[in-house]
Formats: sequence, structure tokens, C-alpha cells
Amino acid sequence: MPSRRALIGGVAASVAAAVLAAPQVRAQTQPHVIVIGGGFAGASCARALKRLDRDLAVTLIEPEAAYLACPFSNAVLAGLRGIEAQTFRYDQFGDIALIRKRAVAVDAERRRVRLEDGTDIGYVRLVLAPGIDLRFDALPGYDEAAAAIMPHAWKAGAQTLLLRDQLAAMPDGGVVILSAPPNPFRCPPGPYERASLIAHYLKTSKPRSKLIILDAKDAFSKQRLFEAAWQELYPGLIEWVPLSSGGRVTEVDPATRTLVTEFGNHKADVANVIPPQRAGGIAQSAGVADQTGWCPIDPVTFESRLQPAIHVIGDAVIGGAMPKSAFSANAQAKACAAAVAALVRERPPAQPKLINTCYSLVAPGYGISIAGVYQPRDGLLAEVEGAGGASPLEAPLSVRELEAAYAEDWFRTITSEVFG
Amino acid sequence: MTSHDMRRSKNRRGGRSLAPVLLAALMASAPAWADAAPGATACTGCHGPAALGSAIPSLDGHAADEIVTRMHAFRSGERNATVMDRIARGFTEEETRAIAEWLAKPEAARHAQP
Ligand SMILES: Cc1cc2nc3c(=O)[nH]c(=O)nc-3n(C[C@H](O)[C@H](O)[C@H](O)COP(=O)(O)OP(=O)(O)OC[C@H]3O[C@@H](n4cnc5c(N)ncnc54)[C@H](O)[C@@H]3O)c2cc1C
Repeated sequence: MPSRRALIGGVAASVAAAVLAAPQVRAQTQPHVIVIGGGFAGASCARALKRLDRDLAVTLIEPEAAYLACPFSNAVLAGLRGIEAQTFRYDQFGDIALIRKRAVAVDAERRRVRLEDGTDIGYVRLVLAPGIDLRFDALPGYDEAAAAIMPHAWKAGAQTLLLRDQLAAMPDGGVVILSAPPNPFRCPPGPYERASLIAHYLKTSKPRSKLIILDAKDAFSKQRLFEAAWQELYPGLIEWVPLSSGGRVTEVDPATRTLVTEFGNHKADVANVIPPQRAGGIAQSAGVADQTGWCPIDPVTFESRLQPAIHVIGDAVIGGAMPKSAFSANAQAKACAAAVAALVRERPPAQPKLINTCYSLVAPGYGISIAGVYQPRDGLLAEVEGAGGASPLEAPLSVRELEAAYAEDWFRTITSEVFG
Repeated sequence: MTSHDMRRSKNRRGGRSLAPVLLAALMASAPAWADAAPGATACTGCHGPAALGSAIPSLDGHAADEIVTRMHAFRSGERNATVMDRIARGFTEEETRAIAEWLAKPEAARHAQP
């Protein structure tokens, strides 16, 4: 067996060879950090690492040729935006070694990642940013085949287009049912933004139709703002059925597009089932996810509580008060990169402070937001008291218009920072 | 197509043809985070380089005192805001000062190579 150092060096060299126009790897001793997953979290982290310390060898492992962004994908469903506006190719990653393969296993003890083609790569520190897996074992009747009939559209791409096309093909007077999952899940305000924009589409194109939200919860993000806007913009169109009124879906039947609750059956013309979720599969196989399916981390360094030298960021983590959002993923990525860069050089990591801002569109030109500031407390990311909160309940339309414009500009800014 | 869409696709086309210029501008103002004050790196999620031409103001080229004064006005509610009042209240005067000084540094000084 060669020494670990030699292995790492060899790996850095083969990584460089595998990547077109990759800069020459300087020395065998260049510490190698691997990032798995090129989403808002992983792509941000890889860039931040390289910017912090150009003498780190940074490898980003991501199997897809292009990233499909979820924020604003609800506008695609409603026909307000094309899917191209959601698509970002991985071609602006400069001196980061990009490997277009899926990581299939992590050996935490030997600090090695295995790729789908059998290649084995060593690291000094690993950052896992795999996002979510939809659970096809949690809701009876809802498996991958069912998702082809009752789309989740909770990962952007083919699923988004499927749901969009189903809505477009539905006759006027149809019933759309959206089933919202229990906490925690990706993008807490997402199902309600989606309901709003589908309602906008129905109101303008199929005004005799109806939208029912079957919810596994009794409360949701920005609830008062959403409900007030629904009253104002879509009176009588949206019916929200909370947990306590029988909103929890216990089973689905794709053959008849039926959603079963404890209180009865609902038959849909279009059914959007957003199932329970967990951290992306590689987190389970790396041993960094706990029995909840999510990854406990140290809130200062984002290092796993279960495995050394593996950091986890983005939707996959147990983020305490921080929601699973693209904004959070990007903020966590930069804080994590600072900690990793310090730890690699054996310097103490600094205490981070993080921000999240999530915009939702209730209609074109009508935006609302929720924000928060976070810091480590009692081993979790806790909200800084007295800060954050949602947009005011009473506000002139000009404020809603401004927030809608800011939402678009946020998306443009963050995607250019993350994907180049 | 909505007006937002049109604005966006125009921006994207512009972004494509101007890619080298835009990239250079992005790199020129890209901060390094080694000595970033806690919270400072989150700002760029919304506040991009001036070259992006966003409705959300760029933080490029502002003096530290200017940023501190504005954050103070957001925190006290003296200055109208959509979201910055809610964010500013999450930072103490000292934290705000540290962030402002980091943001105001010329790009080269933000880089701290070990
Ligand atoms: C409808 C909807 C609307 C939303 N709107 C907003 C919004 O307005 N604002 C906001 O802030 N957030 C929003 N979000 C949430 C946001 O999309 C997520 O929080 C964000 O994508 C999380 O980033 P991530 O990097 O953790 O995961 P992801 O973006 O899912 O990225 C994970 C990446 O890892 C890769 N990967 C996974 N497994 C492997 C493996 N084994 N090997 C290699 N690569 C792997 C995947 O291919 C993927 O590219 C929305 C989400 C939805 C569904």
C-alpha cells in the first residue's frame, strides 16, 4: 500500500488529467478537498474554497451537465417562464476540477470517495452537498412510477414540465390537488407559492377550476401573508385543508388519481404530490445521516457529528432554525468553506453568522419575503432574536411589486455567483 | 411572456454576449473570505457586483462609514426597507462595523493567502 500522502498526490494529478484545461497541479502536497454535489450549496462551497486558499486542490463531483434550479420553477408551472431560465451549465468553474460522475460510496475512515465508474479518490476533507432524496417508501402508493402520473416537481426539470403540461391539458372546471408534506422539507414556503401561481394560471386560463391543498401540517411559512393574498387575488379558488381537518394524505392511488386521507378520498384531475424527503442518498451511505434521514452537524464548522472530516451543507443538514433554501445553502457553503480552509491549515475556525432571505411570488409582480439571521447556540443554528420575520401584513401594492422585482434580482445575482 | 420574463431573457442574452466582460467584472469584485467578518459573506447572495445592474443595490465602492450609517438607519426603522430592516436587527453595532470594514476593503486586501 502506498502512503496516504502519495495517494492524495496521485489523485490530484489524475483529477487534473481528467479535466480539460485544468491548471497544473502544483505539488504533491497540495491538500485535496472534495465537494460532492454541484447545487446551490456544493457549487458555492467549491468556489469559496478556491477563493480562500488557491493552494487547495478542489474537486467538485456532479454527474449532471447542467443544474436545474428550483427557485422560480413554480413560475414555469404557471407558464410565466421558460425552463431555459432555470438551466445553468457547469462550464464556468475555472481551476476547480469538475468530475461529471456520481459518487456512490464514501469510506470515512480511509478518507476516500468512490465514483460510479469504480474510481477511488482520496481527500483531506470532504464536503457533502447532495440536496434531498424524495422518499418513495413513506407514502403508500407513491413510488417512482406513481410520480410519472402524480408529479412531485420538487426537483426541477422533467418533473416540472410534466406538471406544467398536465395543468395545460386539464379542462376548465377541473380539480387540482396539491399535497404538502410534514416538516422538515425543502423550501417551507414552496408549496404555498406553488399553490398561488397555479391559482393565478387557473384564474386567467381556466376560471371554473379549483385548487385544494391537502396539508400534513396545521401551520405554514408566511401563512398570514399567503392567506390574505389568496382572499384578495383568488377568492374561492384555493381551499387549504390543514392536518386537523383531515389534510394529511395517508395513501395515493395513481390509477385513479385519488388521494386518501383519514377523513375521506379526494379525486383529482391533476395531482401534485410532494412526498416526505430525506438527505440525498450518498449521505446515508457515508454514514452522516441519522435515523431522521437528515445530517446532524456542528453549527460552527458544519462538520458531521457522526463522521470526522466530512462536512455537510445545504438541504441535507439538520439546520436548526435555518430553513432548507437556496439562500441558506449558499450562506452555509461560504461559512463551511471558511471553516474547512482553516481546519486544513490547522487554524481555529471562526464563529459564523448566517442570513437567509426567501422570496415567494403570490402572483406576477406580487412578492413577499421571510428573512432570518442565525448563529450557533446550544449546538444548533439558532435564530438571532429580535431580527428576521416576514413582510408586513399591511403594505401598499408598490411594496409587493418591489419585493417581486427583488426576488428576480436575487435569483439572477445568486445564480451568477454560484454557477458563473 | 410577462414583462419580467422579457427583462430577464434580455438580461440573459446580454449576459451571454458580454460574458468575458461580465466574468472579469465578477472576478474583480469577488471577495476572498479568509478574514471575512461573521455574516459578511452572506451579503453577496443578494448584493452582486455593480456590473450585474440589479435593482438590489451593489455594495461595491461604498465606504465603511456609509454602510454602518445605513445599517443603523435600517435597524432603527429610520430608513424605509423591504427586508434590510429585518436583517440589520440581527447584527450588533460592532458586528456591523466589522462587516462594513471588510466590504469596504479594496479587493486585493480582502484576499488573505495563508
Ligand atoms: C418549487 C421550489 C421552489 C423553491 N424556491 C426557492 C426560493 O425561492 N428561494 C430559495 O432560497 N430556495 C428555494 N427553493 C429551495 C432550493 O431549491 C433548495 O434549498 C436548494 O436547491 C438546496 O441546495 P443544495 O445544494 O443543498 O441541493 P440541490 O440544489 O438539490 O443540489 C444537490 C446537487 O447534488 C448532486 N448530487 C446528489 N447526489 C450526488 C452524488 N451521489 N454524487 C454527485 N452529485 C450528487 C445533484 O445532482 C445536485 O446537483 C425552492 C425549492 C423548490 C422545490
